[in-house]
This record gives sequence, structure tokens and C-alpha cells, in this order.
Amino acid sequence: MAKRSTPEINAGSMADIAFLLLSFFLLTTTMDQNEGMPRRLPPIPDEEQQQDDTEIHRRNILQVHVNGLDRLLVNSRPMEVQLLKDEVKTFILNPNDDPAKPEKAPKEIEGLGTIMVSKAVVSLQTDRATSYKMYMAVQNEIMKAYNEIRDDFAINRFNGKPYGELTEEEQEAVRGVFPLNISEAEPRDAGKGTQVKTTRK
Amino acid sequence: MKLNKKKKKMSGGFSTSSMSDIVFMLLFFFMVTTTMRDEEIMVQIKLPEASEIAKLERKDLTSYINMGQPLPALQSQFGTDTRLQLNDSYKTINDIRDFVAAKREQLSEADKQKLTIAFKIDEGTKMGVVTDVKQELRRCQALKINYLANKANRN
Repeated sequence: MAKRSTPEINAGSMADIAFLLLSFFLLTTTMDQNEGMPRRLPPIPDEEQQQDDTEIHRRNILQVHVNGLDRLLVNSRPMEVQLLKDEVKTFILNPNDDPAKPEKAPKEIEGLGTIMVSKAVVSLQTDRATSYKMYMAVQNEIMKAYNEIRDDFAINRFNGKPYGELTEEEQEAVRGVFPLNISEAEPRDAGKGTQVKTTRK
Repeated sequence: MKLNKKKKKMSGGFSTSSMSDIVFMLLFFFMVTTTMRDEEIMVQIKLPEASEIAKLERKDLTSYINMGQPLPALQSQFGTDTRLQLNDSYKTINDIRDFVAAKREQLSEADKQKLTIAFKIDEGTKMGVVTDVKQELRRCQALKINYLANKANRN
């Protein structure tokens, strides 16, 4: 009587097949995490809307101009990029209520009550020959100033929690107190000098 | 004597049967995390460095605009001027409109307004071209943009 053997699949080559697939995925995979600075472009205004735009008071604008040689001019004074962050911070906060610095107006913010909100606008202008590297460095410094201000404010208001650890609603409230107002003018040589405003909510 | 010899020769051979399990585990990991390279980049891009950056929220809503000099192998044919690459070929500013329309078409109705254009731009690019692209995007109502950058430490 012959013993009936159950047919078995040879599993020895399974590891080889798995290795083959594994090496395929190893080679085709890309692990790069794309990171970047989100921004929102302003919509192109209609003819009628353009006239409605109220003029922003001179004291509320910080003029940042990067020329074609990648030199930075802040309110027509030359400045190093590293110093821009503190300049922007004092400009937005205006701790001594300097009449030459931006004015503040009370604003109702959900969850925080009425708070004095600065009307500061950072106007960023580049030349056509400005390098993208310099432009990003300046954007980064301005963003850094806003992030530090928001962090400080959040730590004071929300029991020592920095901005990044707040809930979505709390972050939105903080953004309401310090809205990112970067206004970008078209490059100088582009002809038209219309103001292009980009803000991130 | 014979028995002794045999015992000495026995080396600690380990079981290989669990190897396939380990390999499968790795395989699943890579299968899940993998994203296929969907486009071949034909321009040299060295992203600028920035510290205040965040991860892209939704990759499926993101389309990329690449800008930079053509690759060295292609420079004899295309020169060294900054080129704009959309999908797999060099394009001009005027093609952005069709590009945005095509990308919008791929998204569901609810996501159409959330289309994000990510800029993969070489740090040596001049702002003039970048602004031209931004102006064209404004005309196409594609207002959500993202400047991609490499992570730098906060100093």
C-alpha cells in the first residue's frame, strides 16, 4: 500500500521571487519628501475693483526691494539678509507705538476676543535680474519673522504652547491676529507698477 | 572517537525559513511607500534652501512646474537659457494655460479649486521668468502655489 502524499508546492524559490520584487521596488522608489513654502496668489482684479482699493497708508508699508545684484534695500536703506527678520518683527509689532510704524486697529477674533491687529504690509519688490535664491532667502526671513511672532503670541496666550502645537482653530485665530501680508509688486522692468498682493491665510 | 569528530564539525547553521518572511515584510513596506517617478526631469534643478517650510499637504492635488538650465547632455541642442518644463518636455509660458486646464480635468469636481502648483525652480533662475509664470498662473485662476525648497536649519 503506497502512502498517499499530499502534493506540496516547493516554497524554496519563494524567497527568490520576493527578493526580485523587493529589488524592483527598491530601485524604483523615491523617498523624497517635497517641502515648500505655500503661498496664495491674488486674483487679477477687475477694472472696477481696482478703483475701490483703498490706498494703504505709507506708515503701514515696509518696502523691501531686492535689486538685480541681489542686494537688499529696506525702506531705501541697504541691509544684510540676516537682519531683515528683526526689522520685520519690530515693524509688525511696533511695541512703542511709534507713529512712523504701522497703526493698529481693534478686531474681533473668534476665540480670543477683541485684539489690536497691526495693519502692517510687507511690500516685496524684485528686479527681473534678481536670482530666485535671493528671493527665497528674503521670503524665508519674512516668514521666519511671522513664525516667531506667532510663536511668542501663542506661548503667551495658550499656556506655553508654541504655534505648531495648537489646534487648527487656535492656529487660525493666531493667524487672524498676525495675518501674513506680503504684497509683491511686479519686477521693475516689467513696465506696469501695479501692486500684486499675495497672502497666505 | 568518530562521534566526537562529528559533533565538532556541526556548526551553528541558522534556519533560513524565516528569511522569506522578512523579505516579504520589506517588500510590502516598499510597495506601500513607493511612488513611481512620473516624469523625467530634463532641467538642472538645485532647489534653494529655506527653513520655514512645510510638507506638501496633498500630493495628488499637486502639479509641478520645473525651471532651470537644460541638462548638460541636452545643452548642445537647447542652449543654456532657463527652460520651463511641464510634464515631459520643454514648454513656453503660453502652454501653462493648457497645462493647468489638463491638470484640473484630472481632478474631481470638489478638488478642482484646490489644485496646487509647486515650483521646482533652480536657485540660479532670474526672477523675471518666475514672475512671468506667476502672472500666467493668475490669469488661469490657479492661485495656490508652493515654492519647493530644501530644508535648512534655523540659525
